[in-house]
Amino acid sequence: MRIVFKTDYMQDIRPWKDGYQLSLYLILLAIVTAAPWWLDDFYLGELTNVLIWAIAGLGLMILTGHTGQASLGHAAFLAVGCYANVVLIEAGVPFLLAFPVAGLLTGIVGATVAIPALRLHGIYLAIFTLALSVLMDDIIVLAEPITGGVAGKYLGGVEIFGHLVDRWATPAPFFWLVLAVAVVVTLGYINLLRAPLGRSFIAVRDSEVSAQAMGVDIARTKTISFALSCAVTGLAGALMGMFAGAFNNETFSVVISIQLLMMIVIGGLGSIHGAFLGAIVIGFLPQFLSISKEYAAAIFGGNTVAIPGLEFGIFGMILIAFILFEPMGLYGRWLKIRTWFELFPFYRKDMFKRQKSYLKTERLR
Amino acid sequence: MSLLEFESVTLKFGGLTAVDNLSFGVQEGEVFAIVGPNGAGKSTVFNLISRFYDPYAGAIRFDGHDLLRVKPSAVAAYGVARTFQNIELFEHATVLQNLLVGRHRHRKTNLFSEILFTPAARKQEIENREMVEEIIDFLDLQAFRDKMISGLPYGVRKVVEVARALATDPKLLLLDEPASGLSVEETSDMRWWIDDIRRQMGITVLMVEHDMGLVSGVSDRVLAMADGAKLALGTPAEVQSHPAVVEAYLGKAS
Repeated sequence: MRIVFKTDYMQDIRPWKDGYQLSLYLILLAIVTAAPWWLDDFYLGELTNVLIWAIAGLGLMILTGHTGQASLGHAAFLAVGCYANVVLIEAGVPFLLAFPVAGLLTGIVGATVAIPALRLHGIYLAIFTLALSVLMDDIIVLAEPITGGVAGKYLGGVEIFGHLVDRWATPAPFFWLVLAVAVVVTLGYINLLRAPLGRSFIAVRDSEVSAQAMGVDIARTKTISFALSCAVTGLAGALMGMFAGAFNNETFSVVISIQLLMMIVIGGLGSIHGAFLGAIVIGFLPQFLSISKEYAAAIFGGNTVAIPGLEFGIFGMILIAFILFEPMGLYGRWLKIRTWFELFPFYRKDMFKRQKSYLKTERLR
Repeated sequence: MSLLEFESVTLKFGGLTAVDNLSFGVQEGEVFAIVGPNGAGKSTVFNLISRFYDPYAGAIRFDGHDLLRVKPSAVAAYGVARTFQNIELFEHATVLQNLLVGRHRHRKTNLFSEILFTPAARKQEIENREMVEEIIDFLDLQAFRDKMISGLPYGVRKVVEVARALATDPKLLLLDEPASGLSVEETSDMRWWIDDIRRQMGITVLMVEHDMGLVSGVSDRVLAMADGAKLALGTPAEVQSHPAVVEAYLGKAS
C-alpha cells in the first residue's frame, strides 16, 4: 500500500494523490489519444460513442450523483443541445462558437426548468423530469420550422479552422474533438468538486437541513446544479447529433433518459469514474450482445435473428443485479478490488459495508 | 444588549402551542443552557433560530439583526452555527470535506473561478484548510481527517458536528444535546471543549442538554422550560432548586 505523507495543503488540493497516480492517468490519456492509430474505423466510432455517452453521464452525474436530484428527463436536454447546435450552424455560426453556445442555451433551459423542480424531491422529481422528456418529443414536432419536425434534421461535417470534422469522412478528428470535450468537462468537474460549490452540492445531497444551517442556499445551489448539469448534457447532445448525422423527434426518446440514469447507477453514483465506466458498459453492451449471440447460435444452433427487447432485458437485469449487490456501481467494485490488493491479506469483508443511519426525525420535508 | 434575544415568541402547530410567549436573552461570552422535560420545546427554540419555522408572534434578534426577515441560509452568514440532536452530517463525504462545507459562508469565489480553479480559488482553499486544521487539532480529530462519515462511530460523529459548526467561525454556537449518547469520558471531554470554546475562542454558546452534570459544570445561566413556556431562569443552582422546576420534573407532593 502506498502511503502518501502530506506536508503541504496543496497535496490535498491538487486532484492527484501523487506523481505515480498522475502518470497513470497521463499514460491512459496518451493511449486513448492515439486510438485512431491502433483501432479500425468501426471501433473508433464505438469509442467515440462511448465518450459522448460519458460526457452526457458526467452531466447527469452532477445533478443526480452529486446533488442527489434524480432526473429521468435528461434526453430532453440532449435534444436541446443537439438542435441548438444544428440550428446555429445552419444560421452560419461557426462550429467553435455554436457548440459552446448550444451548451450555454441548454444550461439556461435547465435553470428555468429547475425553478418549478426545486420543490420536488425524490420520486416526484423523477416523475416531473420524466414528463419533461415525454413533452420534448411533442415540442420538437410542434416547433417544426426550427427543428424540422418528424422529418428531422441532418448535420454533415463541421469545419474547425478549415479542417473538415465529420463522423464518417474524417473519424479521427471527430474522435479527437469528442475526446477534447470529454477532457475539458472532466477537468472542470474535478475543479468543481475541490471547490466550495462542489462541496455544497454534496452537502445538499446528504442533508439539506444541515447544509442550510451551514449557510448554503438550497434553492440557489440546486438551480446552479441543474444549469451546469444541463449545459454539459447539452454539449453531449450536440456531439450526439453530429455522431448520428440525422436525427428527429424520436432520436432523444424517454428510453435514452432511462439509459442515461441506468448508466450512472451501474458506473457508480457520485464519482467521475462512474460516468466513464457506465458509458463503457452502455456503449459496448449492444456489440457484446450481438457477438455473443452469434457464438451462442454457432454452439447451440438456431438462427441469429434479432430478439426484440433482448438488449433492454439484459440492461434491466444488470441494473437490478447492481442495485442488489453493488449499490456503489462499477467504481465501488473497483475500489474494493484495489483495497483488497493494497491491504492483502488484511482486507475485511465488511470494510465498505454501509452503516445503518440513525433516525432522521428532524428532517423537515 | 443581548447577543441573541427572544421577545415574546410564540409558535403554534395547529392547536398545539410548541413555544409559548417565550422571552430570554443570551449575553455575549456566556454559556447559556436550556433544560426541560421531553417535548418542552427546547429543540424548537433552536429550529426557530435556524429559521426552519416561522413563529406565530414575537421577535428574534441576533446581534442587531432581525432574524425573522432573512432566509434560513442567511442566519449562518450572521455568525450562528449549530449542531443537531440527531446527527446531520454529510454521510458520504470525508470529515475534512464536512468541515470545509462549514467554511461555505466565507466563500469569495464564484462559479467560473472555481471551475477554472484560478489562483484566487486556490488561495481560498489553502486559507480554508488552515482554519479547518486548527479546529481538527483543537478537537483531536486528526486520525479521522480523511475518513468517510458513514464509517465513523457515534461519539466521533458528535465531535465532527461540533467541529463543522466551529469551522463556520461563528459568534454564537448552538449545541443541541452535545452529550446525548456519549460515554462518561466523552461527556467530560465535551465539557472541557465547551469551556475552551467559550474561553479561548470567545464564542457564545447556547445549548440544550439533559445531562445536569454537564449543564451545571459549564453554564453561566440556565433556562428551564416546560410545555413551551419559561419556568425559571438563573444560575444552575438557582434553577435546580426552583420549586416550579422540581415540580415539572418530579411532580407535585401530594
